Amino acid sequence: MFDLANPKKFMDFSARLLPWISGAAVILLAIGLYLALFVAPPDYQQGESVRIMYVHVPAATLSMGVYAFMALASALALIMKHPLADMAAKAAAPIGAGFTFLALVTGSLWGKPMWGAWWAWDARLTSELVLLFLYFGYMAIWQAMEDPIKAARAAAVVALVGVVNLPVIKFSVNWWNTLHQPASLLRFEGPAIHPSMLWPLLVMFAAYGLFFAAVLILRMRMEILLRRARSLQLSQARARAS
Amino acid sequence: MNSWTQMIVTQLRRDLKLAARLGGGGLLAVAFFVVLVTLVPFGVGPEPALLSKLSIGIIWVGVVLSTLLSLDRLFQADYEDGSLDLMFLSPLSLGVLVLAKCAAYWITTALPLVLVAPLLGVLLNLPAENYGLLVLSLLVGTPALSLVGAVGAALTVGLRRGSLLLSLLVLPLCVPTLIFGAAAAEGHMSNFYLLGAVSLVLVVVGPIASAAALKLNLG
Amino acid sequence: MAQTGEPLMAERCPPLFKLSGEGLTCLRGGRVVLQDLSFEAIAGRPLVVTGPNGAGKSTLLRLVAGLVSYQAGTLLFAGADGAPVSDESNGYLMHYLGHQDAVKPALTVVENLTYWQRLYGARVSVGEALGQLGITFLADVPGQFLSAGQKRRVNLARLLVSHRPLWVLDEPTASLDQEGAEIVRGLIQRHSAEGGLTLVTTHLDLGLEAQDSLKIARLSDVPLEGGA
Repeated sequence: MFDLANPKKFMDFSARLLPWISGAAVILLAIGLYLALFVAPPDYQQGESVRIMYVHVPAATLSMGVYAFMALASALALIMKHPLADMAAKAAAPIGAGFTFLALVTGSLWGKPMWGAWWAWDARLTSELVLLFLYFGYMAIWQAMEDPIKAARAAAVVALVGVVNLPVIKFSVNWWNTLHQPASLLRFEGPAIHPSMLWPLLVMFAAYGLFFAAVLILRMRMEILLRRARSLQLSQARARAS
Repeated sequence: MNSWTQMIVTQLRRDLKLAARLGGGGLLAVAFFVVLVTLVPFGVGPEPALLSKLSIGIIWVGVVLSTLLSLDRLFQADYEDGSLDLMFLSPLSLGVLVLAKCAAYWITTALPLVLVAPLLGVLLNLPAENYGLLVLSLLVGTPALSLVGAVGAALTVGLRRGSLLLSLLVLPLCVPTLIFGAAAAEGHMSNFYLLGAVSLVLVVVGPIASAAALKLNLG
Repeated sequence: MAQTGEPLMAERCPPLFKLSGEGLTCLRGGRVVLQDLSFEAIAGRPLVVTGPNGAGKSTLLRLVAGLVSYQAGTLLFAGADGAPVSDESNGYLMHYLGHQDAVKPALTVVENLTYWQRLYGARVSVGEALGQLGITFLADVPGQFLSAGQKRRVNLARLLVSHRPLWVLDEPTASLDQEGAEIVRGLIQRHSAEGGLTLVTTHLDLGLEAQDSLKIARLSDVPLEGGA
């Protein structure tokens, strides 16, 4: 695994891996969507609108998971100075923000029939919103610093501070929700989930995970190629200058 | 000799002296706080019952925003005139420096806000039994705001338009403090423990993260 | 020489004999600033770093001070026995004097220097240091009323109020008059005579006896596309 920290090895390895992961992601997504939209039964309470769950729940889970991944990569980058760890964290951020946004939009769509409003200050949705801001902050710090080495380390600090705070934020938002709202509000998670709904959900989880891996690898390859192109430009400029 | 405390005292005295001579910072934050809070009734209407209901939330949000207002200067002046380089090279560890600076900042900026808060409570028809709780919750919670803000200030020191970025980075992290603080002021007593816990955790995490950020920004 | 009440911090300063760098390479903003640079400075013999603008003199000094990180090479602070000094001496190794003078406009000259003395440990009194720099009359003047040269002298007085075995001075004579430059030369000479190490960049001939010199050539300074 540590051999992969070498960009060249990573390029070779990822080039071979990428088609398989992307292919699997597309196939699983197709199957998952088919199961979710046509095979899975409608909910006895929520009716057809429950199908949003198959898009929403994996997105919400991945939005947190990707942030954890980003923080882990940042820690590796800070402690072990892996050349690829920074790139992995940087590449993951917009994907994570995408999942978060998707979770917010689908949550809002789901909320409309349930709450009669596009937005309710539900604990989970509110946490997602704060998470989206954390992603924005992380991406903004990459934008703001010109020196890539400095930016990488600053962003790593942001990610780590964020991940330490994330559980506190989640807890506090839950707390706030119970303080200010009666518990009678309909929650997202039902009681036990029936197997006929579980399977499509699991397939969707796998599809989302593979999609993340594929886009991550793609973005990391792009970053490496960009850096290569830049150093080529530099050496050409040097050659012309001397 | 306990050099650790000695250095904190040295740093604290210097920052307090600078704040006293330069003036401005703390008073400006108080003025901003007052104007911000008086704007709210123009938006929501002057009904005493409504304002009373909103008062704690408005004051707490006002304190969060006012605290962050001048935080971007926390390390900026020392960064610009080269003092930060020399502090870095001194026996003073950066984490201790951050703690001392946050303490000075809290005394000069947050404390005046806490003292003004009850007066604003009058304007907003704050229920009588909440005055003490409000001040107490602010006293326990504002150190957390300063410490979280220090991390943002350390990250953005030396950046153009650093203050906007600072707000983006720090405001989401203020959510727990705001929730526990406002709830504590409402009279939910257990929130004082949570608020205190957040402040205490940040006394440790804040300086470590700020020191790491300062170190990389010196380079 | 220590002031009463203040512990003599000099005791915690490590005996430093040699400072050497080998194969130092420094990248900043995607640009190579220093490449494969090696040098050696020995106690008693100031090392004068020269080179054209943009050659990386200041970067080298900041690198030695630990204010800039380097990507390759080694930097060694060694005692007389050649063993590296311990990590505990971090913070007790050096005085750094950079382009900015770190003089607070709102504090008087004495207040400015007293602060640094408290932080770095006392050696000679602030008053005596001011006397040596010829600025006793500025003692109670706030920093905001000082000229550039006067600020520089205050910053130089900082080197005297606390002891450090290594002085890292970036253009110490900048904005100083002839007399000021003479004082700087005297300070460096005395520091060397006392067995101190000095690393100094300057474009003036300081006329130091027993000096070593290091010339840095400018690397091709073609900026990277999109670099800083």
